[in-house]
Amino acid sequence: MSVVLNGAEIARALKRISHEILERNHGSSDLILLGIPTRGVAIAEQIASDISGIENSEIECGTLDITMYRDDLRLKPPRNLFPTRIPASGIDGKNVVLVDDVLYSGRTIRAALDALNEIGRPRTVQLAVLIDRGHRELPIRADYVGKNIPTSKNENVKVHISSVDGIDEVTIESDLK
Amino acid sequence: MKNLLSIDDLTKAEAIEILDTAVTLSNLSETGVKKFPTLRGRTVVNLFFEDSTRTRISFEAAAKRLSADVINFSAKGSSLSKGESLKDTAMTLQAMGADAVIIRHNSSGAAHRLASQKWIDGAVINAGDGTREHPTQALLDAFTIRRNLKNDQGDLKGLKVGIVGDILHSRVARSNVLLLSKLGAEVVLIAPPTLLPVGVDSWGTSVSYSFDEVIGDCDAVMMLRVQKERMEDLFFPTEREYSRAFGLTKDRIAMMKESAIVMHPGPMNRGLEISADSAESNKSVIVEQVANGVSVRMAVLYLLIGGATTRDLETHLGENK
Repeated sequence: MSVVLNGAEIARALKRISHEILERNHGSSDLILLGIPTRGVAIAEQIASDISGIENSEIECGTLDITMYRDDLRLKPPRNLFPTRIPASGIDGKNVVLVDDVLYSGRTIRAALDALNEIGRPRTVQLAVLIDRGHRELPIRADYVGKNIPTSKNENVKVHISSVDGIDEVTIESDLK
Repeated sequence: MKNLLSIDDLTKAEAIEILDTAVTLSNLSETGVKKFPTLRGRTVVNLFFEDSTRTRISFEAAAKRLSADVINFSAKGSSLSKGESLKDTAMTLQAMGADAVIIRHNSSGAAHRLASQKWIDGAVINAGDGTREHPTQALLDAFTIRRNLKNDQGDLKGLKVGIVGDILHSRVARSNVLLLSKLGAEVVLIAPPTLLPVGVDSWGTSVSYSFDEVIGDCDAVMMLRVQKERMEDLFFPTEREYSRAFGLTKDRIAMMKESAIVMHPGPMNRGLEISADSAESNKSVIVEQVANGVSVRMAVLYLLIGGATTRDLETHLGENK
């Protein structure tokens, strides 16, 4: 197991993403961050607090559970659902930034787009991820990436976030022993 | 969890998992998401040998919101009225590829028979069998109590629930006693001795013959329907006398705790076990129970056939061989 990002590096990457989001969207008006459970939620909250710090204004942040929209539901026993919390003002006409920890096959994001479609019609949907590890199986890309990590399919990228795992770090382990 | 036949089959953790899943689904439908693609391509059969409005419609709504195909099969107007056996009916459903069969039957144990005989490989959900059990009703009642008095969190420890009336014929009461006790609530059965089953002292609940004595301690009062269709004997002298001793009236509502709620599984005999004004009082959550029923049944369907089912795993294994 090797550590590819430590706590300080994660913080810097998220700060940079926060600036990039503001730059791309010309400020924070009409901006909503939606974290995908579980670790995407904590990352979205961190980005929201960074943006609030930069802009001196509160930014709306919610969660979007995509379990019911997965394409691999029938391959495994039923998964637990997580709550979906959409800010009261809704997502219609807003710029929605989906936030997840790792971008891999792209299937989670496809499911997230389906879930979003049921809730409303955002003006744009963007994607921020802490780690992009490649091996896409669908035509999906991230707009904001913390770090690109080329991996082999035998490797496992794990994001630890202090509010969930007690520590901020990203590790990579190999399945082959 | 493959079937839902009895509350007894559930562990406390599983029961809470169903309630938590139902909370998520119910909150989602409040944000305006009404339909999920989760059960697309699954077939759910409502097999109803006994009349029902609420339960059948509730299961149908739950299945449709999850995008399942629903086949309604009621005894009237089917080959069952020509004398077809449960086995032949089950084999027909199996041949049609039913992923879940929701069965209501006037014989106690019908759902168990359907599930245990391997006539079908889909999930079996008991929607009421005779005077035995009605697990999804108990789950929606527990959900309603937890939502109103425990803020959707954890179990029901510290709450006292009064179940009032025709306990003898009530499958709702049986399932509720099992579930509420499992979740840590204290249950008191309130009924005339003639409407209590033999051996009720082994249920682990307390029993009271006087509604007025215990109503003030209850956090939730569950009124049961007097099931005239199952009453072959005379269980009480007159309806008026029953209503005076065990009916919920405005005066009794006034004796209840400030936070307490009034429930009824429906259909109500207004004026018999519950007066019209108490059914519509601000303590009444009877309409809410119906809405919660859909969320709870969606949770049950999702947990039973939303993931990989036995049939999926078998096909999958077949492919790998």
